[in-house]
Amino acid sequence: MHAFANPARFLKLARPLTAWLGWSGALLTALGLAAGLLLAPADYAQQDMARIMYVHVPAAWLGMGGWTGIAIAGLMQIVWRHPLAAVAGRAVAVPGALFTALCLATGSLWGSRTWGTWWQWDGRMTSMLVLLFLYAGYIALAEADRERGGDGRITAIFGLVGAINIPIIKYSVTWWNTLHQKQSIGVAGSSIDGSMMWPLLVATLGFSLLFAAIVLMRMRTMLARQKVEGRLRRLAGA
Amino acid sequence: MTDPWTLIGAAYALTVAGTLGLALASYLAMRRAEAEAARREK
Repeated sequence: MHAFANPARFLKLARPLTAWLGWSGALLTALGLAAGLLLAPADYAQQDMARIMYVHVPAAWLGMGGWTGIAIAGLMQIVWRHPLAAVAGRAVAVPGALFTALCLATGSLWGSRTWGTWWQWDGRMTSMLVLLFLYAGYIALAEADRERGGDGRITAIFGLVGAINIPIIKYSVTWWNTLHQKQSIGVAGSSIDGSMMWPLLVATLGFSLLFAAIVLMRMRTMLARQKVEGRLRRLAGA
Repeated sequence: MTDPWTLIGAAYALTVAGTLGLALASYLAMRRAEAEAARREK
């Protein structure tokens, strides 16, 4: 990771990687979603409504994965003082918040018919809503810290403290009685049939690559703006 | 009760529009910022 502490070295790799991640992500997402809609069979209990899984699960994975990325970036900033860690954390926040909001919205659409309710204050849904609020707080804090010229340490600490919510989301369906179904995919295997599993994996991989491309684009934007601001400061000081 | 395909369509449309919208906004912001940085470097 320290090999990429130099922004110039990072940009040399990020430039070709952005396009590669973006296009391959778009292709896999389109394939996964088309297969989920047209090829995968309907669920025996939920019928066609289960097809929402192909957008809901990737959104949930990326909402939680995004905050895990923020926590890792925070740790790298505080412990190793990695110069790109603060930029990476801020770059992840907006796409992470978007996918968390999409997870809540698609879950609500799914629940409206399957459970007969758009919303329930149960463990899984409430902890996911808390994650969305954490993202909103992180984005506001990062922006305020940047405007006052801070080094981003306060945001890094917020990211690390907020990570406590990730295991709460994961185990919420085990710890509490919830409307949400139990875990279907684990380290030991999956209870989802292969004909439904492969479109889900392809869609999740596609959305993940798109997420990575968006993060790289946002990091490149921030680095370019930092460069301009640094140049303006030097000119003002000269 | 709402037709399932209306709900499925809404979920897919929201997700695709949200993802593509953010990707496009991020791309345009990146192009602008990098062009500005390159212009100032000259």
